[in-house]
Amino acid sequence: MSAVGVAAVPSGEAQESAAEAIHVENLHKKFGQLHVLKGVSLSARDGEVIAIIGGSGSGKSTLLRCINCLENPTSGIIRVNGEEIKLKADSHGHTVPADRRQIERIRSKLGMVFQNFNLWSHMTLIENVIEVPVHVLGVKRDEAVAQAEKLLVRVGLAEKRDVYPAYLSGGQQQRAAIARALAINPRVMLFDEPTSALDPELVGEVLKVIGDLAGEGRTMVLVTHEMKFAREVATHVVYLYNGLVEEEGPPEQIFDAPKSERLKQFIRNIG
Amino acid sequence: MHSLEIAVGATIVGLLIGTWGAYGKLYGGPVVRDLFAVYTTVVRAVPELVLILLLYYAGTDLINQVLAAMGYQRVDISGLVAGIAVLGFVQGAYSTEVIRGAILAIPQGQIEAARAFGMSPGLLLRRITLPAMLPFAIPGLANLWLIATKDTALLAVVGFFELTLATRQAAGVTKAYLVFFLAAGVLYLCVTLVSNFLLGRAEKWARRGMPSIKEAR
Repeated sequence: MSAVGVAAVPSGEAQESAAEAIHVENLHKKFGQLHVLKGVSLSARDGEVIAIIGGSGSGKSTLLRCINCLENPTSGIIRVNGEEIKLKADSHGHTVPADRRQIERIRSKLGMVFQNFNLWSHMTLIENVIEVPVHVLGVKRDEAVAQAEKLLVRVGLAEKRDVYPAYLSGGQQQRAAIARALAINPRVMLFDEPTSALDPELVGEVLKVIGDLAGEGRTMVLVTHEMKFAREVATHVVYLYNGLVEEEGPPEQIFDAPKSERLKQFIRNIG
Repeated sequence: MHSLEIAVGATIVGLLIGTWGAYGKLYGGPVVRDLFAVYTTVVRAVPELVLILLLYYAGTDLINQVLAAMGYQRVDISGLVAGIAVLGFVQGAYSTEVIRGAILAIPQGQIEAARAFGMSPGLLLRRITLPAMLPFAIPGLANLWLIATKDTALLAVVGFFELTLATRQAAGVTKAYLVFFLAAGVLYLCVTLVSNFLLGRAEKWARRGMPSIKEAR
């Protein structure tokens, strides 16, 4: 494991005692007839960096999106900060959040970064970053601006603060999206394939920002195709296959000594 | 000028109905969706002149019957209020479709991001959906506004004293038909020119985050 990774990981005992930020238990998700998740469990303690890997269609993005109910799970338990998301069946038999305010409160503690950035196109970068603190969390505007400026410095976009997203490269947009997620001071950062939509030469700048966050001990759940990166920053790697956890463990075990045949083949193909 | 008052009022009413209608059609339950589908279909199917006569006479009659049944006095509904209500109802049906199309044109990821950060539906509408759909809606809504300014002329049939009726009376009295109708035409044209200027500014502002497409020809 690299130096960054070691710095990020609390010692074994500390991890045991650290509070559980995210707890997913026996999660199922069906889209109509398609059974995408078939009983997945996942746990992220404070300071852990969980990397979810797997082939196309393995359900890894769906799993991440279920954590903040962007996709409503069909069944299962999701706890964020120890608080279980209340779910109910609607009139069509779909599972939906039972309490809109609860899900909004939980979502405002999870900093989500999307594959396609999804910055708000009618707002400049600084407006994008202060939007949620000011309008959802009720932070005073000048405080939010001061904090947003620091975050933009941190992701290397200070001079772009008044630029609209459409005028930036993909890498710059993704770094701004990371600043937007950090601005809510999230308990957990959720990354949904953050570099998959980027040109190869722009991947590095985004991975560096994410790696720095891991180095500070930020709790993160990361869906990624960047195996080298997952090995460097993750404290725990989960390999999904066909809607189930096929194998999980510390990165050195997953990448250097995989047990499952499918994982071995997956790593060979990707590597 | 009454014509402009009605056009402005009807457009505002139309935009409010249109926003609700678009939301209802996109996100509402089956009943809400069907109701709005009937509304937009019927209003857009029936000629406006017929709708105006129908809603004006039947509408005022209905209100008075309801009032009478509840033991209140009959009221005289002012032509201005009735005109705004009737034209606004018509505008609402067209606005619904314009706004629905504009909302569908927003990259859905932006709405998803707002949800992912815990925005409530009202906040999402106000801060993200409405400003993001505006650049796609303005050309269509500008059409509706210009149509509204001229639809006010239809209210002449229910005796509302707007520009066209005033012109006809003035021309009839003085026999100077050409002068008065030309003058009326010029007035309508002026309204359109001023509108075009203002709407152009509005569209430029609404598209502030979007690069010009001129270079992409």
